[in-house]
Amino acid sequence: MVSLDLLINAIVAGILLGGFYAAVTVGITISFGMLDIANIAQPAFILLGSYAAYIITYYVPVDPLVVGFLMLPVFYVIGMAVYRLYYYSFELRGEQSIQGLAFFFGLLFVAEVSLVLVFGVDYRFVEAPYIGPSLHLGIIDLPLRMLIPCLVSLVMIAVLQLYLSRSFIGRAILAVSQDGLALQLMAASPTRIKQIAFGISVATCSLAGTFLIIIQPVEPSIGRDYIGRIFAICVLGGMTSFPGMVAAALLIGIVESITATFYGPSWAPAVAFGFLLITLAVRPAGLAGR
Amino acid sequence: MVGKMVRRIALAIAMLLSTGPVFAEAPSGSPIAIGFSMPLTGGLAVNGTSGLLAMQIWAEDTNKNGGLLGRPVKLIYYDDQTNPSLVPGIYTKLMDVDKVDLVISGYGTNIAAPAMPVVIQHNATFISLFALDINEEFKYPKYFSMLPVGPDPRPAITAGFFDIVKANKDKLGLKTIAIATGDGEATRNGTDGARVNIKKAGLDIVYDKTYPLTTTDFSPIIRAIQSTNADVVLISSYPNDSVGVIRSVNELGLKTKVFGGNLTGPQSTSIKTSLGPSLNGIITFDWWLPAPAMRFPGVMEFLKTYQARAGQEGVDPLGYYLGPWAYARMQVLGEAIENTKGLDQEKIAEYIRSHSFKTVVGDVAFGEKGEWKEARILTVQFQNIKGTSVDDFRDGKGEVVVGPDQYKAGDVILPYSSNNR
Repeated sequence: MVSLDLLINAIVAGILLGGFYAAVTVGITISFGMLDIANIAQPAFILLGSYAAYIITYYVPVDPLVVGFLMLPVFYVIGMAVYRLYYYSFELRGEQSIQGLAFFFGLLFVAEVSLVLVFGVDYRFVEAPYIGPSLHLGIIDLPLRMLIPCLVSLVMIAVLQLYLSRSFIGRAILAVSQDGLALQLMAASPTRIKQIAFGISVATCSLAGTFLIIIQPVEPSIGRDYIGRIFAICVLGGMTSFPGMVAAALLIGIVESITATFYGPSWAPAVAFGFLLITLAVRPAGLAGR
Repeated sequence: MVGKMVRRIALAIAMLLSTGPVFAEAPSGSPIAIGFSMPLTGGLAVNGTSGLLAMQIWAEDTNKNGGLLGRPVKLIYYDDQTNPSLVPGIYTKLMDVDKVDLVISGYGTNIAAPAMPVVIQHNATFISLFALDINEEFKYPKYFSMLPVGPDPRPAITAGFFDIVKANKDKLGLKTIAIATGDGEATRNGTDGARVNIKKAGLDIVYDKTYPLTTTDFSPIIRAIQSTNADVVLISSYPNDSVGVIRSVNELGLKTKVFGGNLTGPQSTSIKTSLGPSLNGIITFDWWLPAPAMRFPGVMEFLKTYQARAGQEGVDPLGYYLGPWAYARMQVLGEAIENTKGLDQEKIAEYIRSHSFKTVVGDVAFGEKGEWKEARILTVQFQNIKGTSVDDFRDGKGEVVVGPDQYKAGDVILPYSSNNR
């Protein structure tokens, strides 16, 4: 018989995990879902965010989350620079499909090797007052190490959603995801808009990377673990929709957590990806796709 | 720190500019080439890099002392990226292209096992480093294992843990056990052996699951274990998942009487210093610690050299976990080469099989299947750790040897919950 408190805690743990998954996927939803750029180097940028939090907190007694926020503009600039390089090297020449994929694949490995060379291969950690303690609300346990990244992640995505729906640039990003040519006819540069959007997608990695190193120790190759999962969540969410992506991330988190609790953790990825396949069979455009 | 980074980048550029494998010693004359793969990146690199430094120190020491057979020693190695699928190709290259004189394994079961078919095909002598029972299926006569697990390796890893369970069974009322196993070769082998010990201890298994090594959140697993009210909890894990498990256990306040078993990771200095007091109460294995009874001739001198270089090389600063063993393996190989007066694989294997060796990890003798004749695994409990600095673990502080009796440095503190975390 399923115990009620186990079930509730499994759902809560799934939501917390899903909030983290949403943070690591939001950048891919922008770059892959909206801009059609298969940025498989996204996990490498997330790891850069983790190492930025590690190295700065190593020297300066500051909370890792503060570092994550402070590094947002730096990552935004890095993202814009990477897009410029990608644009001139591939997109401008119409070679973005296979060559572009190879470019980001290469970037992933270069970033990984660079981290090895600079930081070595040891596991790196950060310290923060919320790593270790838990909040106990009746029968529910909320490890702060999971709760805080989840809450900050949801706030970050809500702010991004507001920005996309209310600001001129945000609406232009949504427009370029639907019809770049039409945007050009409205006297807006799709390239400039895509550059800004790609910058935002990489900027989110600053916070996502900080969440990652708060949740678990990192070493340079750990980003690879997330490639499959973040693309799956993006597709399940409907590619371009933030609410859809958040719903997909929470669903995957909850499915993984319930499976791990009641049926065994080794089944969790299989059940989560099975859930993805069934959803896509019923609704090929994803949860919130059009 | 900045200076350290500059040195590392300079070293990295030098490594990138070299077109072939990395040579630890500049070749001179006609060197004896010893080839191996090593996990220098990826999940096992934290220990692989430590083992490599120890082997480089051995090569330098040996060359300073006139080399082997009057010839210098040269290490030829490739980074296997902790990827077992790369290992057979590396050993094929080492033996067919680089034409090394001898091969030895990289660090760990997952890395050593895939080399075996290639090594057997070439009929080469092969000494592994921290590989658990990989010759069980092959039964290759020229295989030797530098891991003190004895003739029955799988149960040996957790034998000390279950000795403690048996000794406290009536006092603490230990009847049930929960097992969580990382889905990897070494961890699964460890759990296979633990099941033999569980049967002997007369415990009922109330939870027995494996988990993927990519697991991010371990709280569902720990909650599921908690719901079984198991008296004993046995975890068989790799470094990254050990951290996740230990954090979740502390966050959720797991109530059990004995906790630990086969956790890999807390032996590494970086993980010890990151977890600090949350390690208190955990019982697991270790191979060597600077307890008085473990200070074999030469080991402290080796560690002095190792620790002086570890910071600059960016590897495990203390080096207790793997360093002495990696050095001792090379001592065995070196002595066998020297005393057989040649590089004949058959003669070297026969010498290793039939002799006992004085090394920095004590006397080493090999028996059936190339395993150690007798097991010598330390059972340790983390106790009274108050901080997270390297000094909290230097000289074996905080990690107390609780078995076997001849190496014992303290008594076990049970139940698990009575340890101050």
